[in-house]
Amino acid sequence: MTAAARTLATLRTGLFGTRTNTLITAATLLVLSQILPPLLRWAVLDATFTGDAGACTREGACWAFVSAKLRFILFAFYPPDLQWRPALVILLIAAILTASALPRFWGRTLLLAWPLTILACWLLLEGAFTATPIPSNQWGGLPVTLFVWAVCFAAATPVAVLLALARRSSLGGLRTFSVLYIELMRGTPMVGILYVAMLILPMALPDALSFDKMLRAIFMVTLFWAAYIAEVIRAGLQAIPDGQREAATALGLGYWRTQRLVILPQAFRIVIPGMVNLAIGFLLATSLLAVIGIFDLLNAARAAATDPQWLGFYNEAYIVVALVYFAICFSASRYSRWLERRLTAGRQPAGASAAARKE
Amino acid sequence: MIVQKPFRRAIQAAAAAAFLATTMLSGLAHAGPTLDKINQRGAIKVGVGTTPGFFAPDSNGKWQGFFIDFGRALSIAVFGTPDKVEFTSSSPQQRLPALQSGEFDILLSGVTVTTTRAFKLGFHFGPTVFYDGQGILVRKDLGVTKAADLDGATIGAQSGTTGELNVADFFRKTGKTFTPVTIEDTGQFIDALESGRVDAITQDSSDLVGKRTQLKKPDDYVLLPERLSKEPLAPAIAGGDDRWLELVNWTVNATIQAEEWGITSANVDEFLETDDPAIQRFLGVDPSFANELGLDPKWAYTIIKTVGNYGEIFERNLKPLGWDRGYNSLWTDGGLLYSPPFR
Repeated sequence: MTAAARTLATLRTGLFGTRTNTLITAATLLVLSQILPPLLRWAVLDATFTGDAGACTREGACWAFVSAKLRFILFAFYPPDLQWRPALVILLIAAILTASALPRFWGRTLLLAWPLTILACWLLLEGAFTATPIPSNQWGGLPVTLFVWAVCFAAATPVAVLLALARRSSLGGLRTFSVLYIELMRGTPMVGILYVAMLILPMALPDALSFDKMLRAIFMVTLFWAAYIAEVIRAGLQAIPDGQREAATALGLGYWRTQRLVILPQAFRIVIPGMVNLAIGFLLATSLLAVIGIFDLLNAARAAATDPQWLGFYNEAYIVVALVYFAICFSASRYSRWLERRLTAGRQPAGASAAARKE
Repeated sequence: MIVQKPFRRAIQAAAAAAFLATTMLSGLAHAGPTLDKINQRGAIKVGVGTTPGFFAPDSNGKWQGFFIDFGRALSIAVFGTPDKVEFTSSSPQQRLPALQSGEFDILLSGVTVTTTRAFKLGFHFGPTVFYDGQGILVRKDLGVTKAADLDGATIGAQSGTTGELNVADFFRKTGKTFTPVTIEDTGQFIDALESGRVDAITQDSSDLVGKRTQLKKPDDYVLLPERLSKEPLAPAIAGGDDRWLELVNWTVNATIQAEEWGITSANVDEFLETDDPAIQRFLGVDPSFANELGLDPKWAYTIIKTVGNYGEIFERNLKPLGWDRGYNSLWTDGGLLYSPPFR
């Protein structure tokens, strides 16, 4: 059988193999036949691809809006002539995320690279040491979404590890603190946390100590996400058989070395799907930053459609944003599957010896 | 007893923390006036919204709009240049607390002046810059020219808003009937109107004018002349800085007074030659007047030259969206805009 014929055969069993499958296929085709033609007419046939808003009919999509506004949707209020800075920030974050995704880079260098990259991104956006510093209220769009996401997740993870360890600690005070903290944070909506960052923090701090709104938001969101990540990590910790800890103790390892060398590496492997799941949820949650007036990607897209020159092309704006979010989330979930397969393979005897070599 | 020791220490620590927190908070209450902070920072922080024509970023990420122009005028009044002002968009729910917390020096986000906001929240309001009110946008083929003629119409209103209550009150007064349809998301107003699910929609007229331009056939719909509610939109500031309030007041008044005199950005230089002492005072030809007030003699001149008078601001930002001056005309034209004298 040729490959093509095999594919065809698979398709046929998949689509029409059983009576249920046939029914589902027919229903899907029916729904698609209702949805696709008007969608196609809107998105392609009646659409306007070039020109200004006057050229756009309200019957079809106005892709000319997207070409006029893409810059604003991606970078919002950042001055157009300095756009390379946020563009570079996107690249830097993409690079560090890619490096963190590949097991071959896992190590001390990567741990050092993270704070350095974050610092570089902040200095770039701020334009520190240059003649034209840009205050954070002019940052916006995709770099802000990615930056807040990456920074908060990266900063929250170490906090979360400590919280998770504290929650399983035998020291009662520490355990109670951890439980109270996690329950308090998880019992508060993220919007509430953002309001605290925006309104309560500046009131509670004296003027001399008050700091940038973006930093305040990052600070509070980090504390908030840490509670969620801590619970995922705790699940990983609990999955490690007690024998591991006992064996480490028998070898004379102290508490911190046991955690660092024996428990945490195994726990992290277990919780990778959970962490990726959280990361995707958090990426989408960054759009809540809009409530405190930070122009993340989604908010920038919405604002783009309020320009009187290009009024009301919300659908087009939201489609662009949806595509960006989808691209990121889809690659994250594919990555998670790939990594799980790889790490499962790592638990097989062959992989075990590879891990041993690494030690 | 041993157990009590850490306990006592904890109580002491808590008391110290509470003391620290209260001193910080009371420090805030006595913080210097807003204008000091503005001068120290070198920029005015302005809270705005995102409504087409009133405040919206253009393709280059520069804020444009009716209220934005008043922000630029304020920047001129304080610093002499129009660009020392930072606009930040904020949602309606958070902008009032943000003003209270000092996150903004002023709200130019279309805040309605109300008694509660003045007394309970302690806000001060500048002159009303825009007289808005709840309007009704109807299909023309209903053949209705005023709201009192609407009978048996299906009217869409946003759920949970005062708009929903106002329209019910209105029909109770006129004695006519209507079918309310509540719509959660104002984005769906257009669909509801175009699909014929409702005959009319009701909302603040500033929103309705923007909505009308998004309809496929805007000319098939008409905004009825009545206003079901009073929504005077004014600059709002936190209480406690009288001079800042006066600057806001007189900046707005200057744009209105200039229109009354016929002074525009195009002809303001010709007015420098005028013999009218009032205009001489206003434009700083005679600097002693402004000097006595502690203002730059050229402040009003620069505002008119750079931003324009009230009429120009209106024409530039709201006329393209189909706004008529209506209530927002000068008192001499039968509107509500009236500037106290500059003397």
